[in-house]
Amino acid sequence: MSEAVLNKTPLFDLHVSLGGKMVPFAGYEMPVQYPLGVKSEHLHTREKAGLFDVSHMGQVILKGEGAAAMMESLVPVDIIDLPSGKQRYALFTNEEGGILDDLMVTNYSGEAGEELYVVVNAACKDQDIAHMRAHLPEGVELEVLEDRALVALQGPAAAEVMKRFAPSTAEMVFMDSRKMSIEGIDCFISRSGYTGEDGFEISIPAADAEKLCRLLLDQEEVEAIGLGARDSLRLESGLCLYGHDIDTTTTPIEGSLIWAISKIRRNGGDRAAGFPGADKILGQIETKEFDTKRVGLLGSSRAPVREGTELVNADGEVIGKVTSGSFGPTIGAPVAMAYVQKAYSALETEVFALVRGKQLPMTVSRMPFIEQRYYRG
Amino acid sequence: MSSIPSELRYASSHEWVQVEEGGVVAIGITDHAQQLLGDVVFVELPEVGTALSTGDEVGVVESVKAASDIYAPVSGEVVAVNEELDEAPETVNSAPYTDGWIFKLKLSDESELESLLDADGYSGVVESEG
Repeated sequence: MSEAVLNKTPLFDLHVSLGGKMVPFAGYEMPVQYPLGVKSEHLHTREKAGLFDVSHMGQVILKGEGAAAMMESLVPVDIIDLPSGKQRYALFTNEEGGILDDLMVTNYSGEAGEELYVVVNAACKDQDIAHMRAHLPEGVELEVLEDRALVALQGPAAAEVMKRFAPSTAEMVFMDSRKMSIEGIDCFISRSGYTGEDGFEISIPAADAEKLCRLLLDQEEVEAIGLGARDSLRLESGLCLYGHDIDTTTTPIEGSLIWAISKIRRNGGDRAAGFPGADKILGQIETKEFDTKRVGLLGSSRAPVREGTELVNADGEVIGKVTSGSFGPTIGAPVAMAYVQKAYSALETEVFALVRGKQLPMTVSRMPFIEQRYYRG
Repeated sequence: MSSIPSELRYASSHEWVQVEEGGVVAIGITDHAQQLLGDVVFVELPEVGTALSTGDEVGVVESVKAASDIYAPVSGEVVAVNEELDEAPETVNSAPYTDGWIFKLKLSDESELESLLDADGYSGVVESEG
């Protein structure tokens, strides 16, 4: 066992006091579950509201004239026209068209000038920060927000709970972002998340994180939710986990993330190309020439099909591999994401998962597996 | 704290063994094991008629977060499996020592029962795992 020192988030003591089972994750000691258990935590989030600590993720501010243009040069996404107060999903790509990380970009520009708030994955944050710094133009400053926690309140009751403390959040729709004070605490709030449910992500000064979380947890609808349920919730919602479902060897097209590539950055758009790997990525959109594609799989038996499981066709030939897989508590069936050869990527195609010497039938299925319940006004 | 009934025998791999009549034993996983796994969503059962030696992998208990192998705590032939678990695998959580039994063996050598742990011995195994 490695004795490397693990980081703690500002909510570590809270997790321990709530009975969280702490495990190493991306260099942090994080709660994988609380006494409620993964399945109940998952179902509670879909039914009421769950509070997640995601402070291990990287929070970065880019400030100054040219910040949006600089971010645009690194992602195949329209950042320049992202309205102030809006958040957007983006991907850092490499020269080969692979994905370095996925991230959320919020435009907080105002009278004080250009300002972007960026949230990146914990495991990639050092690399992402170095990547952004390496492309920083004169006049743009990068600040890593080491002193802020990040939590997510997710579920159908999240809006009602937030309204009690911050009435103006009721006016926000999916992907709206605002800076506001809650109980005297200076917060950045986005109406977004990683569960497929309506909800909010809230950035809070580290010193006030426990106070705000206890306020939220005191609400009868809210339970603390660990990383275990976070994973099964995002999987049912068809959302990628970086390093598993997408990585440097997969392009956005192979990763079925073509929706994330803004029209204006594609061939024929006003600001087409101009991001790393544009030739490869835009070429794949045109030619549709690629070998494998990320798909959703729904199992017909009850056995969960886990990451790494090989997929075969009816003749027993290997045609793909599972990249995320579990039992979906809301679906009540095994759900998975996998890369399969293009010929097997059409909806309703039957493939077989090799599990302990058996061939378990699975069907290529539309994602999300559940109905996303984002609030769009 | 997990419950460890005194009338059962145990393997350090967290199976329990209940001696029934005619050299048959019922086998399941312990309360401690089901707590560690969390909500069970699937149990892969062995096939009736399978001959097992002590330590053989018999099946798998899967929760949302993990999978755990079930080992044969003694040698014998599988004479019954708990098919109720196909529809209600969560019974392993709610009643690990009774309705959550997994399979039954006809012992090939009854003296093997002597090598199993009693409740005190198994309690020591659980404590040593912290």
